[in-house]
Amino acid sequence: MSESASAAAQVPHDAVIDVRGVHYAIDGRPIFSGLDIAARRGLITAVMGPSGTGKTTLLRLITGQIYADRGVVSVFGKDVGTLGNAELYASRQRMGMLFQNGALLTDIDVFENVAFPVREHTDLPEPLIRNLVLTKLEAVGLRGAAHLMPGELSGGMARRVALARAIVMDPEVLIYDEPFVGLDPISLGVILRLIKQMNDALKITSIVVSHDVHEIESIADYSYLLSEGRVVASGTPAELARSDSPTVRQFMTGGAEGPVRFHYPAADYATELLESPR
Amino acid sequence: MSAASKAGVIEAVRKTGVAGLFFVRLLGACLPALARPKLIIAQIYNAGARSLIIIMLSGLFTGMVLGLQGYELLNRFGATEALGTAAALALLKELGPVLTALLFAGRAGTALTSEIGLMRATDQLTAMEVMAVDPLRYVAAPRFLGGLIAMPLLTAIFNVIGLFGAQLIGVQMLGVDHGTFWSQTQSAVALKDVTEGIVKSVVFGAVVSLIAVNEGYHAEPTAEGVGLATTRTVVASSVMTLLLDYVLTAAFM
Repeated sequence: MSESASAAAQVPHDAVIDVRGVHYAIDGRPIFSGLDIAARRGLITAVMGPSGTGKTTLLRLITGQIYADRGVVSVFGKDVGTLGNAELYASRQRMGMLFQNGALLTDIDVFENVAFPVREHTDLPEPLIRNLVLTKLEAVGLRGAAHLMPGELSGGMARRVALARAIVMDPEVLIYDEPFVGLDPISLGVILRLIKQMNDALKITSIVVSHDVHEIESIADYSYLLSEGRVVASGTPAELARSDSPTVRQFMTGGAEGPVRFHYPAADYATELLESPR
Repeated sequence: MSAASKAGVIEAVRKTGVAGLFFVRLLGACLPALARPKLIIAQIYNAGARSLIIIMLSGLFTGMVLGLQGYELLNRFGATEALGTAAALALLKELGPVLTALLFAGRAGTALTSEIGLMRATDQLTAMEVMAVDPLRYVAAPRFLGGLIAMPLLTAIFNVIGLFGAQLIGVQMLGVDHGTFWSQTQSAVALKDVTEGIVKSVVFGAVVSLIAVNEGYHAEPTAEGVGLATTRTVVASSVMTLLLDYVLTAAFM
């Protein structure tokens, strides 16, 4: 268990993604104030935290959709903030990202969705593309759904197709944005196993952003817990489970009382109830 | 000037700037987009072929009204044989390009805005960016080019059907001489009149498509945001079409 201050000091030598001292604000409201996170090669790194702590913002910083106000976000050893458009696109080609809702292109079928990055970035002959796409669809168990349109898929299926699309270019890094939200237990188990398998079989560096503590802790090699714009705790799942920090305990056990406020700031309850209506 | 109206002016200028910059980037993306003719053809089909029925019906009725009104007016001066000329010039120079643009904004422009807006709202555009595919090149440019190409074609169809409608009423119903109708039309319409119509339709096509794509691309990614953007497309396209119609008409005088 290492607190954020000491975590900032040590930069792992095999970090593929390294976020150092990042400050970021939207409309003057700070989202991150001195964020330090590193994702090491070949490991599954979990980023957890209550809703609204900027987990998705972190992914947008890593993929270069937005830039940090201060601090450095480096991916594959290069500072994302200094990359030109061509370099940024080259770096994105080495990453795959799974969106919360799948974000499949709705005007083409499942097969074409998975084939999309291949067609855009390579000149492979059609039979090869076909084999590649079918292999990836088989890996997520949806080869039979290749001809369906995205609108005909369930939420879990859409996410599996999106996963097949994310891995079709054999990325070095896979980024998952809330992969477990709104899934039934079977789909959830399947996605969980797939993330683990991708990591084991393909040695892909994975970053999973999630607030489903128990699911993510079962596969993560290293976890970060974010709160109020900073890393409040980090460590292996076992280390976090042993932690006696009130924030970690509250988050792991799902308590409403603790350092992380459940209630949005408001006037005194009794006073507001007794006030005449507006 | 009050603070609110100042802010309104600043916001309007900012939006114009955003649209201008977007237009420049869009033009830059058009050339690479030409490498994907399939996407452009699909968009010509979406914006053009799917608007055919409404354009043809509107063209027919507009022509028929022209036949009636034109006959009634020309009859006062005993010049009903000029009906063909009047209808052809009205259609080619004004009614064809303007009405087609207005209908196009309502039918194809709104479809473009809501489609792109929903793609934004469902993260499809972001997903493309993350897959290192420029959505401007893949989504916006083919739709802009599709609209740009479809508009003059639709205008031509509107004109032909409109002229047929005027002929239907003037010649078949009200008894204007068939030969006179067509020969007068042929001798009075100059190439300059046709060019004016074509230039107008190309300009309107570019403006309406640009507004539609821009509004969709910058729509707030919510149901309300996409709805508002769609409304703005119709309003802005219609006003811009009529404004530019005046400017172009004056330029061709």
